[in-house]
Amino acid sequence: MNMIPGAAALKPADYKSSVKPVWCPGCGDHSVLLSFQRALAELALPPEQVAVISGIGCSSRIPAYTNCYGFHGVHGRSLALATGLKVARPDLTVLVASGDGDGFSIGGNHFMHACRRNIDLTYIVMDNRIYGMTKGQPSPTTEPDWETAIAPGGTGLSPFHPLVIALASGANFIARGFSGDIGGCARLIVEAVRTPGFSFVQILSPCVTFRPDQQRGWKDLVHPAIVPETDDPARAARRLMTDDGFNVGVLYRGRREPYQPSPKTNFAPSHLESEFTV
Amino acid sequence: MTQSSASTSLSIVLTGSGGAGVMTAGQTLLDAATSCGLYGLMTRSTGPQIRGGEAAAMIRLSPRPVQSHGDRLDILLALDFANVERFAEELPLDPASLIIADPAAGELPDFLKACGAVVGLVPMAKLAKAIPGARVSMIALGVLARLIGLPEIAVIAAVAESVGRKKPEFLAASEKAIRLGTEAAPDVALAGLALPAEPPLGRWSITGNEATGFGAMRGGVKFAAGYPITPATEILEWMASALPRCGGVLVQAEDELASINMIIGASFGGTPSLTATAGPGLSLMTEAIGLAVASEIPLVVVDVMRSGPSTGIATKSEQSDLNIAVYGLHGDAPHVVTAPLSVADCLLTAQWSVHLAESLQTPVIMLSDQSMGQARVVIDRPKEIALATERLGVEARTDGYARYAQTTSGISAMAIPGVSGGQYTADGLTHNARGTPTSQAKDHVAQLDKRQRKLDAFDFGTHWAEIDGEGELAVLTWGSSSEPVREAVAAARADGIKVRLIAIRLIAPVQPALLAAALSGVKRVLVIEQSHTGQFWRYLRAHYDLPRDVVPIHCPGPLPIRPGQVHAYIEKGAQA
Repeated sequence: MNMIPGAAALKPADYKSSVKPVWCPGCGDHSVLLSFQRALAELALPPEQVAVISGIGCSSRIPAYTNCYGFHGVHGRSLALATGLKVARPDLTVLVASGDGDGFSIGGNHFMHACRRNIDLTYIVMDNRIYGMTKGQPSPTTEPDWETAIAPGGTGLSPFHPLVIALASGANFIARGFSGDIGGCARLIVEAVRTPGFSFVQILSPCVTFRPDQQRGWKDLVHPAIVPETDDPARAARRLMTDDGFNVGVLYRGRREPYQPSPKTNFAPSHLESEFTV
Repeated sequence: MTQSSASTSLSIVLTGSGGAGVMTAGQTLLDAATSCGLYGLMTRSTGPQIRGGEAAAMIRLSPRPVQSHGDRLDILLALDFANVERFAEELPLDPASLIIADPAAGELPDFLKACGAVVGLVPMAKLAKAIPGARVSMIALGVLARLIGLPEIAVIAAVAESVGRKKPEFLAASEKAIRLGTEAAPDVALAGLALPAEPPLGRWSITGNEATGFGAMRGGVKFAAGYPITPATEILEWMASALPRCGGVLVQAEDELASINMIIGASFGGTPSLTATAGPGLSLMTEAIGLAVASEIPLVVVDVMRSGPSTGIATKSEQSDLNIAVYGLHGDAPHVVTAPLSVADCLLTAQWSVHLAESLQTPVIMLSDQSMGQARVVIDRPKEIALATERLGVEARTDGYARYAQTTSGISAMAIPGVSGGQYTADGLTHNARGTPTSQAKDHVAQLDKRQRKLDAFDFGTHWAEIDGEGELAVLTWGSSSEPVREAVAAARADGIKVRLIAIRLIAPVQPALLAAALSGVKRVLVIEQSHTGQFWRYLRAHYDLPRDVVPIHCPGPLPIRPGQVHAYIEKGAQA
């Protein structure tokens, strides 16, 4: 798809820009960037046909580190921006990168509506259960007893379950990966891009600085999904509701047709003048 | 108060409870008058309710072009008196006015009694009952046709044109009702309007919101996103069906935060884009408009202003979003603010706004308002203006493209996705010429300078203002205030007063040299606007060298500025 005839096959490194990431050494997002590159090479997409859209936060820095077109927008609105781009330019492959604060808190409403709209977008949320860039505040996926300066003693709130919300809102593809498995995440991204409609991939991506518990802990906790993927929303709902948060793989792949409004005709605007003429 | 044009126009208002058919009847009356060769204007005034509230269709008809209301009403026709007192301030009735009411509606409300107008009673509801399927509003149309001097056949044809053909029974009943209304009209002598023998062809009947959508599409807009909000929704509704016929699409967003970001995305993809909203929506959009400034994304945000702050009066007009449009963005964020000068001018101003956005690669906020957006005018076919609207783009390349390269004009070539070698990341972070984020002072200043230079170096041409007349007295105004001011200026000139009119279409960036030239020789300036705090006047004072003698005249909405009021100020201003 979109392969330039005669062009030499692009390697993962060809999708990397010269900009040096701001991420801390050991941050899971470095690995996610590698997965991005591998997936794009596997998809054999010319970099200029790909747009990577993001909001604000550590994970949202990713567009500039790729050799694709990118947009690092305002906090929480990446899905809206990507929606406008994809509707206006259906020929492009549009990937959206976000984090648990950007995507589920400030951008929560857009998440729901993007799932519902089911535009052909791939939404990758690097979830580390913390606000990293602002130095360690609880996000919607943070455990209730996690101690932070802004929530002494923990928030006492149940974490948000993004995969369940995605399913209930109409996402067509739902998967989870772990940044420590670069090849696995790359395969999930490839599947997400190839599945028409709105594809949501949660990537558990440890924060080495504000969640030192995650780096080692998550490696032990993640495990491949025990049951194969389903296209039945009812089965998927049960499975996601009972999920331990560490099932990795494709968890749901539906068969909804993507939404892509398109022009009916291409008249010049002067064609409309007769509406006003008396 | 001077009655500036009572002899050349007729002003009629139809009132009734919401859902009674007042707006449809008003529209039909305007259509009928149009078919007889008259020009006209119709505005709507409603309460917030969808049904059961109060509604008034305000119509002005004239053999000459009219785009604002006059000073007084010739006829008020009340289908009923439900809540009519809520319009008391909006209905300038006097002893020369005529009130048509239904005796079944009960006693005349006090304010109508007090105005001294002649009252004609017509049992409209009773007459309508006698005809199966007829509506009271059709009886009313018959009454009005007779009073105004419109042939009843023109009114019947207008009904047929709008709904009748699809519903032959309704048309037959309406025709009977209109004829019955004509016969039942009170025998009152009104100075009628001269109807041309040959009605001219090719005039337009258009609302400000439609003209905005159409103008934007003439400018090249192919993508729109929006969230419903009074009084801007009609722009979105019109474009929703118009865009797909002309190679474009509209998306209804989940909120205004999404609308503005959607159009940023579409425009980043190379598609000229627009959203339309009102004050509350503009407030939500301001963060992302700043993003468009920083990342140099062309787009147009139409704000159809209504009375604020907060929810304010959603259905009624005010010119009070000037401050947020000019100053609402955080940081130093040069952008463009435009304002149409009349209902018909929404067409040109929208087209020009798209032209400016695309040429300058920056957001343009266009300040329309309820009194223009939701008003319908009958006008001569507007000239089609050619504006060479083209975004400076790039071809495929291999040489290390710099999206934000420094240029003399400040405008740098913008690659769109798909162009090989043009890849860059648009960013709200301070960036260098390549678009790479930086926090260094020199990069910050260089890009601030570049963006400011785009506006400073650009030639905005002659559309920045409408200027005419001469003399030592000038009236300076903007937006929807311009039409009543124009009418007042014409009346004052007819009295021999020399007065200049300057109506500013380009609010930001300011044009000090151009305004100084326009004000050359002027000793006194009247600044006229519809805001409580004099936002326009204060803005002018901050950015322009004005003559020492400035008279600020500002009043909040929702009551319209009337030509007679302005005429009185001009007369006073003309005295030494």
